Amino acid sequence: MQPFGKIPKGFITQQIKKMIKQYETVFIATPVLSDVQMKEAVAKYTGLIAENGGKVVYEEDWGLRKLAYPIQKKTTGFYHLIEFQAEPAFISTLETQYKRDERIIRFQTVSMDKHAIAYAERRRAKINGTKAEAPATEETAE
Amino acid sequence: MAQHDDIRYLNPVNVEVKKKKYCRFKKAGIKYIDYKDAEFLKKFLNEQGKILPRRLTGTSLKFQKKVSQAVKRARHLALLPYVTDMLK
Repeated sequence: MQPFGKIPKGFITQQIKKMIKQYETVFIATPVLSDVQMKEAVAKYTGLIAENGGKVVYEEDWGLRKLAYPIQKKTTGFYHLIEFQAEPAFISTLETQYKRDERIIRFQTVSMDKHAIAYAERRRAKINGTKAEAPATEETAE
Repeated sequence: MAQHDDIRYLNPVNVEVKKKKYCRFKKAGIKYIDYKDAEFLKKFLNEQGKILPRRLTGTSLKFQKKVSQAVKRARHLALLPYVTDMLK
């Protein structure tokens, strides 16, 4: 009996190619940007994810927030959160783009485990629930 | 020779019943600690923004590691300060 008789040829390489992980990225943009410029910056990164075969799961704009300590002599910043699925190799390209972008003053990408994904879903449901009562500004698709 | 019974205390000896500490994450069944929730993480910081030790909070080792990871992530994103005074 062959121990690996059931595994078809090329199965393992297929699995490696298909490896998709879920990530969560938060970036802080400079407070000098206008609304339009901020939307442009967000569109750039969501576009970048889509171009590289990723999928944006969720997006959240935290708006202008006070920083706990000054970064590049700025005390406020626009926070934006993107949750997406992509191949691990894509993260380095995303982060190089962040580094080259002068609008971005801070960023952090975190990979999500199953607990994090479950938590994120619950958090989203909670936010959507409270939004439904208040006048909904934008309905999240899906 | 003084016997055990001969020893008298002037005041009754204070025997405090210590409350057993417990890990709040294990008790509540929390599995993921969110770095975005700065208000929650502040429970694990002292006034200078330092992470409180396990011996004070009672957190289990498994979750203390996660708390510290979350606090460090929050600090990087300027949701929490690295150094401060009079936090809270």
